[in-house]
Amino acid sequence: MPKMKIDGVEIEVPAGITVLQACELAGVEIPRFCYHERLSIAGNCRMCLVEQEKAPKPIASCAMPVMENMVIHTNTPMVQKARNGVMEFLLINHPLDCPICDQGGECDLQDQAMAYGFDRSRYHENKRAVPDKELGPLVKTSMNRCIHCTRCIRFATEVAGVEELGATGRGESMEVTTYVEHALSTELSGNLVDLCPVGALTSKPYAFEARSWELSKTESIDVMDGLGANIRVDTRGAQVMRVLPRLNDDVNEEWISDKTRHALDGLRHQRLDRPYVRRAGKLVEATWDQAFGAIEAKLKGLDGAKIAAISGDQCDAEAMVALKDLMTALGSPNIDCRQDGAKLDGGPRGSYIFNPGVRGIDSADAVLLIGTNPRWESPVLNARLRKRYLAGHCAMASVGPAVDFTYPVERLGAGPATLRDLVDGKLGFFEKLKAAKHPLIIIGMGALAREDGAAVLALARDLAEKLDAVRADWSGFAILHTTAARVGGLDLGLVPAEGGRDVAGILAGCEKREIEVVYLLAADEIDTKRLGKAFVIYQGHHGDAGAHRADVILPGAAYTEKPGTYVNTEGRVQLGQRAAYPPGDAREDWAVLRALSERLGKTLPYDSLNEVRARLVTVNRNFAAIDQQAAGSWGMFGKAGTVSDAPFVSPIANFYMTCPISRASKTMAECMASRAQLMAAE
Amino acid sequence: MAMITADPKDVPHVGQFVFTPENLAKVRELMSHYPAGRQASAVIAVLDLAQRQQGWLPRVAMDEVAKLLDMAPIRVYEIATFYTMFQLKPRGKYLLQVCTTTPCWLRGSEAVMKACQHAADGETFSVQEVECLGGCVNAPVVQINDDFYEDLDETSMAKVLDAFRRGETPKPGPQVDRQTSAPIGGATTLRSE
Amino acid sequence: MLGDKDRIFTNLYGAHDWHLAGARARGAWDNTKAILDKGHDGIIDEMKKSGLRGRGGAGFPTGLKWSFMPKEVKDRPHYLIVNADESEPGTCKDRDILRHDPHLFIEGCLVAGFAMRANAGYIYVRGEFYNEAQNLIVAIREAYEAGLLGKNACGSGWDFDLYVHRGAGAYICGEETALLESLEGKKGMPRLKPPFPAGSGLYGCPSTVNNVESIAVAPTILRRGAAWFAGIGRPNNTGTKLFCISGHVNKPCNVEEEMGIPLRELIDRHAGGVRGGWDNLLAVIPGGASVPLLPKSICDTVLMDFDSLRDQRSGLGTAAVIVMDKSTDVVKAIARLSYFYKHESCGQCTPCREGTGWMWRVMERMVTGNARLEEIDALEEVTKQVEGHTICALGDAAAWPIQGLIRHFRPEMERRIRARTEKLAAE
Repeated sequence: MPKMKIDGVEIEVPAGITVLQACELAGVEIPRFCYHERLSIAGNCRMCLVEQEKAPKPIASCAMPVMENMVIHTNTPMVQKARNGVMEFLLINHPLDCPICDQGGECDLQDQAMAYGFDRSRYHENKRAVPDKELGPLVKTSMNRCIHCTRCIRFATEVAGVEELGATGRGESMEVTTYVEHALSTELSGNLVDLCPVGALTSKPYAFEARSWELSKTESIDVMDGLGANIRVDTRGAQVMRVLPRLNDDVNEEWISDKTRHALDGLRHQRLDRPYVRRAGKLVEATWDQAFGAIEAKLKGLDGAKIAAISGDQCDAEAMVALKDLMTALGSPNIDCRQDGAKLDGGPRGSYIFNPGVRGIDSADAVLLIGTNPRWESPVLNARLRKRYLAGHCAMASVGPAVDFTYPVERLGAGPATLRDLVDGKLGFFEKLKAAKHPLIIIGMGALAREDGAAVLALARDLAEKLDAVRADWSGFAILHTTAARVGGLDLGLVPAEGGRDVAGILAGCEKREIEVVYLLAADEIDTKRLGKAFVIYQGHHGDAGAHRADVILPGAAYTEKPGTYVNTEGRVQLGQRAAYPPGDAREDWAVLRALSERLGKTLPYDSLNEVRARLVTVNRNFAAIDQQAAGSWGMFGKAGTVSDAPFVSPIANFYMTCPISRASKTMAECMASRAQLMAAE
Repeated sequence: MAMITADPKDVPHVGQFVFTPENLAKVRELMSHYPAGRQASAVIAVLDLAQRQQGWLPRVAMDEVAKLLDMAPIRVYEIATFYTMFQLKPRGKYLLQVCTTTPCWLRGSEAVMKACQHAADGETFSVQEVECLGGCVNAPVVQINDDFYEDLDETSMAKVLDAFRRGETPKPGPQVDRQTSAPIGGATTLRSE
Repeated sequence: MLGDKDRIFTNLYGAHDWHLAGARARGAWDNTKAILDKGHDGIIDEMKKSGLRGRGGAGFPTGLKWSFMPKEVKDRPHYLIVNADESEPGTCKDRDILRHDPHLFIEGCLVAGFAMRANAGYIYVRGEFYNEAQNLIVAIREAYEAGLLGKNACGSGWDFDLYVHRGAGAYICGEETALLESLEGKKGMPRLKPPFPAGSGLYGCPSTVNNVESIAVAPTILRRGAAWFAGIGRPNNTGTKLFCISGHVNKPCNVEEEMGIPLRELIDRHAGGVRGGWDNLLAVIPGGASVPLLPKSICDTVLMDFDSLRDQRSGLGTAAVIVMDKSTDVVKAIARLSYFYKHESCGQCTPCREGTGWMWRVMERMVTGNARLEEIDALEEVTKQVEGHTICALGDAAAWPIQGLIRHFRPEMERRIRARTEKLAAE
């Protein structure tokens, strides 16, 4: 641990860090534009210059490694002068358009100009004019404002893994550009806007919508995929204006996907804001009382075996436990949270979560992907895999779809046969996995949501056992879920009880009229045509597939409109917060179920959020461990059997539209069209 | 001279670019100069080959170079716009690169430039102002394609250009009576041999 | 004055055959094996003793630089890189070595490469030197065919491969780390230091970048002995040096002379004197565009070496002497250099990218006097804001000529501003 002196204070710092990091440890703030913790060091903005004793010139603290007995000054006239100088240079060609700039109020340049700027300009020449660039539907450019910090270029190249952004020309003519104008082919492009320290890259959908100081900020959890990215939801009144990432190194670092960030306009369209009841074949507006009455009438005297419930992919745990309790009370064993038919039955927890955690990816030294395209199933987790690849010495292979992961992956084969060969040690990659200290097997829904899913799961389990990948110090068995609700649903037992029906069984039952009432809790990803003549209750927030087929609609709340508990693919329990109220008559989902239960004479035993949450813990004590993650228990699971020859197919065919919210989003539709154009051009 | 940093739109459409077999062999040979996996090192040389083949550097040629060297196209665009010798637009048969940096300027590059501009028609001759060519003791210097013409003035420049126009290739080097970089009238050193 | 017997570059003007046979007749490749037999460290010691300071501009001791290379080749190969990206305005000496004495230089590459335990060398030749590069390529082929390069070079037991790598028009690639970037197939943008090339250079491997002249003089130094070289010139400023004399002299030329030769003698003896006589001298830029100019009063007596010129707040740089007589618009001469630096700034770091353009634009106004008097101070301040704050030395190089101008010709700048103000007032 080198000892050094920063502004007269002695401090011992870890070897290998930079002077800038050492200053931060010492509590000394260093201004910077180009430096970013998660990107390579560029050292180009020169704002972080500090004085090092015995050095002839000020040094760039972001790039200088600490050395024993270094003496650093950050508050001398030399440093102040250097920073003032750099600030002046940055401003000479920067437009004075802060009043019409979306970055205003949260602009690094604006903030630092307050500290280091001069109150007038000595630059009497014309300012540089730079043509704006077209970077697709999400990123708006105003290149006159660019200060050439290259954060965006480094992010695209390093984190997103799409080498499409660069700086052409040189000197003062240098321009950040794709050169050939096209949208960036990444699912992470919104992060460019966060990284841009000025207003050169701003959010296109959010352009001129609001000022940062007008917004209420609510910390919450994303539900667009199984990762549970930590987000901040910014609202003005009842409107969600934007979604931004929150820092959580264990989950999403500080990135979010474009769907997480930009599907939010979907919250404004196709909303269910009042109950509806189908009369004479048409859905007509109704009161809560009328809607409940219709349900009550239908359920009266009905055998529980003829009732079924399916919960959706974005449901909060509170709503799910209430649904489960209601079904139990109604005597129905027919409940399922697996709309896609994934063959995960809630066995030992280790069988259905991403056991090593997202952080475990960092220490993996051989990775096998089975039936998954993480780039579309969880772009941020995919970026973590890419980061692992870049760190070096990690063999990566895949059995599944042939896709561009953004990092090289050896494709061993397409389907279960290859997996079997691997388990039997017939493929060379087996040895690489075997030799690895921390082998990581990632199994996607493309491998499990199929007829032979249980047999595939058993094969994967065999492989893990053979590799000794699950042991006291390491658990390399990882299920990558594509939905926010799934692990919570499995934790709460939203799978058929003894003798009950799963989703396939429910749909078959509807067709055969053995099921007469189906309760869809925001479940839209099933084939609603197969619901036959069943009486369908749809509770949810969007007029999507389920609502169209419904006989009664109960308006619920979207994820931004309710406090909700979500369990991510790692099994991490996280709390979402209400950022806005649901529209119209819509209500929080557990409360709707609670109210309905009372009407049905099966009153659920909880009257407040706290009581529902206590109920969650009673059902599964994992719900008490908020924000924590640990490997799950191991045991027997899966079901040995024959596997088919069908190749594994990723469940996500279209990244931008995977749920009622994203399907209602115009922005997502634009992204889709733009991506299609890009693919056609290739 | 304004540098081109965006994909120029006002250039003729070139649908396809492929290296001639002869040049492709040269590309392979150039790549062999660098360690395995470092073939990107050859990018300048390979772009230069493409430019020599095509006369200028259309984007399809950059894309082909990117493919051959296993580089992201944007990295090749960066290179092609960073180095001034790459011509992103077609130019005349003879490219007159007139050095006007101080040592050449002190010795009359303005007049030489005038002669060149007078001749420039975009077909036979194109003119470019360039920075120091590294022939300062033979200033003013004009590079015409690969050759340096030195110790020029307006008259000798016009003479050189006339010769080109007639289809001749005037002798490169000093256009006054002088042995390369030795003083006019004979060297003051190295006379003992 | 240096005698011909002590001149290293005996075919400077290309009067003789530059091919292998001619070069051998002049003494190149003469028992190179004996040089290599001194051993890696033996060569480096001898180079240190010769006092040779890098001929590319910075004047860092060459032997010392070589000694920074690891003493053992481990998992990463060592590389010799030669900087033949000669682009400093006023400078055209390496060109003559490349085209007229390539073998002397190639022999130097082998010797230097061997000393630093490199089995491969790359010569980065500026793109415009197409014909020079062709001569070099031919000479390298001749050396390979004669067994002087390649496997068991010169029968020394050491393998050494040498490649020519052409640039494509970027002054910044003369900066050693920008050169390395360019050599790796990237834009020539200087790297942050540390790490230094000797630790992590080309492809992350130990590398040393030397100027052509520094390398080309090495074989002769090692053949004739460090004491011979050290005996020429002045202490700490030893040896012979190629000077390029351009601008307002009667006979511009390149010449090899003794370090420390008085500037006036250099110009009078070899370049036929200042146009119109010594008294017609206005100023001299003594070491290439990057160093501050000197007014006649200093030129009268100054010696041409690193320390003497540093003492005059200028520098020897590349020893490119740019002479300006009294007819010169000195403000314009420097403004043109400001344009050069603006044009050649790579754009990577803020002070240089923004500062070079700013300085040039103000300088253009200074040429016509279209400024306010206090803008001279502001301009000088801007140069100070660039200087020392950039990633590489281009920022300094852009700042110094202007600082020199203000230091020595401020009255002329003020005169123009006043004259213009008065003229406008009269209209």
